[in-house]
Amino acid sequence: MLPLKTPSSPHAHAMSSVSIVMLKVIVALIPGIIASVYFFGWGTLINVVLAAATALLSEAFVLRLRGHAVMPALLDGSALVTALLLAVALPPIAPWWISVLGSLFAIVITKQLYGGLGYNPFNPAMAGYAFLLISFPAAMTTWLLPEVVSGVHLNLIESLRVIFLQKWPMELHVDAVSMATPLDLIKTQLGVHRTISEIRFGTSIIGDFGGKGIEWVGNWYLLGGLWLLYMRVITWHIPFLMLATLFAFSTLFSLYDPDVYSWPMFHIFSGGTLLCAFFIATDPVTAATTPRGRLIYGAGIGALIYIIRTWGGYPDAVAFAVLLMNIAAPTIDYYTQPRVYGYDK
Amino acid sequence: MSAPTYGYIFKEGLWHNNTGLVQLLGLCPLLAVSTNVVNGLGLGLATMLVLTATNFAISTIRDFARSELRIPVFVLVIAALVTAVQLLINAYFHDLYNVLGIFIPLIVTNCAVIGRAEAFASKHDPLRAAIDGFAIGLGFAIVLMVLGGIRELLGQGTLFSDAHLMLGESWRAIELQFWEGGEGVLLAILPPGAFFALGGLIACKNLIDAHRKKHTIAPPSPNNAAKTAAYAKAVS
Repeated sequence: MLPLKTPSSPHAHAMSSVSIVMLKVIVALIPGIIASVYFFGWGTLINVVLAAATALLSEAFVLRLRGHAVMPALLDGSALVTALLLAVALPPIAPWWISVLGSLFAIVITKQLYGGLGYNPFNPAMAGYAFLLISFPAAMTTWLLPEVVSGVHLNLIESLRVIFLQKWPMELHVDAVSMATPLDLIKTQLGVHRTISEIRFGTSIIGDFGGKGIEWVGNWYLLGGLWLLYMRVITWHIPFLMLATLFAFSTLFSLYDPDVYSWPMFHIFSGGTLLCAFFIATDPVTAATTPRGRLIYGAGIGALIYIIRTWGGYPDAVAFAVLLMNIAAPTIDYYTQPRVYGYDK
Repeated sequence: MSAPTYGYIFKEGLWHNNTGLVQLLGLCPLLAVSTNVVNGLGLGLATMLVLTATNFAISTIRDFARSELRIPVFVLVIAALVTAVQLLINAYFHDLYNVLGIFIPLIVTNCAVIGRAEAFASKHDPLRAAIDGFAIGLGFAIVLMVLGGIRELLGQGTLFSDAHLMLGESWRAIELQFWEGGEGVLLAILPPGAFFALGGLIACKNLIDAHRKKHTIAPPSPNNAAKTAAYAKAVS
């Protein structure tokens, strides 16, 4: 006889709560952050600290203004996750006020003004990123050359000086250690009628798949994301459909004209694609919630990322794609309600 | 219905029934043109002029316009007056005309203008109607300028830039620049910035109203009782 392992009631549940979920998300982000620090120096970590401090302080301040209890909301970790997601998407040499302003916008305007956690229609981290990208395009698209390319290592003090005072060490010039992001590079080079292969093999910043360094950071986000899947914090629908759609679009166009459309793996391993797929698009508050809706939502983000990257005015499209699909999420949910068994549609 | 006092008309136009902050009429020009103080001032003055003139004209003909035909008649009057104002601005402030562009002829379609014609001018005597048009227009102009000021300051770090286009070379002195380079939060100049800033302004107005309401009703002293009762009636 098979042993029945079902214990008698009361049944224990998964002990899941907002704090636990957020803690798991933070843990899953750590490999990616370590990889960022390995390839791009201390800047990412400084951004993280700045953004997190701003997020927690501003969240506490607004909660007080609104007459809500401060500590429970701070301890749920959602503000911290928002700050982390924003900070890792910022250039490692962004001036300090970039992290602070972006974090302020994300928490105060996108999250708290709409009613706090659970009520915000837009992903706060991505709204903060879009705000920064539109407002300060130059600072937001100047990326640090990965150390494997430039051979320059900024120590902690030097990084702090760069971020807070915009003062580079004496022997360095900004142009020598900074670069446009690979996505930006491809866009501008295509603008002067160079072919993809000329661009790809004519520069030192593009590695096997995407930008050197960036592709490896992406790998570690992928790992963190898979762990989240394993822990059942997120479901497979959104990441899979998003990456599959992006891959399908880019393969199709790349086959059609490989001189004008970048190779598929470039799209997967560039910019914020992998971070978005597992950490941002899966935000339980702003994403679609029905199973079929999640498929549509993920596919929509993937398609929009490709469309905006290829034909849009801004180099990376992750933030805009997520925000646009955030608007569509309630409608998607409305039309994809699961059929209740025994009832007609 | 007794005729409202002039003070009441002004209070309504400037604060309690402000076009930009309470009625939310004419948002299209309000959001599109308020990229700096001077543009706001220009369009605000033009709208104020049009509102005063149309309210006066419509009030004088209110007894002759049959009620079935009144809306087309109002629109014709407004369109004629806006055309006149447009030609005047083109003649005397040509640079400003180039900046404001399509938004001057579009005053015809500003809902605030036809709204005041229908809601106020067609029911009151010409003097009151003209004052109402002036007050509503002034309220609109002030909101335009404040909004323009916020966006200009955040977006490019200046105030009253291009003042000489409208007011003449001697006014170049009031063009302030707060930091070098003219770089700022670009978003404030772009359309989303207009919505954010207007939302902020409306929130401020509601905050002030709530604060005043709390303090008006709180002290129930005898000499304040009549005032409180009147206020409560007005609020309900």
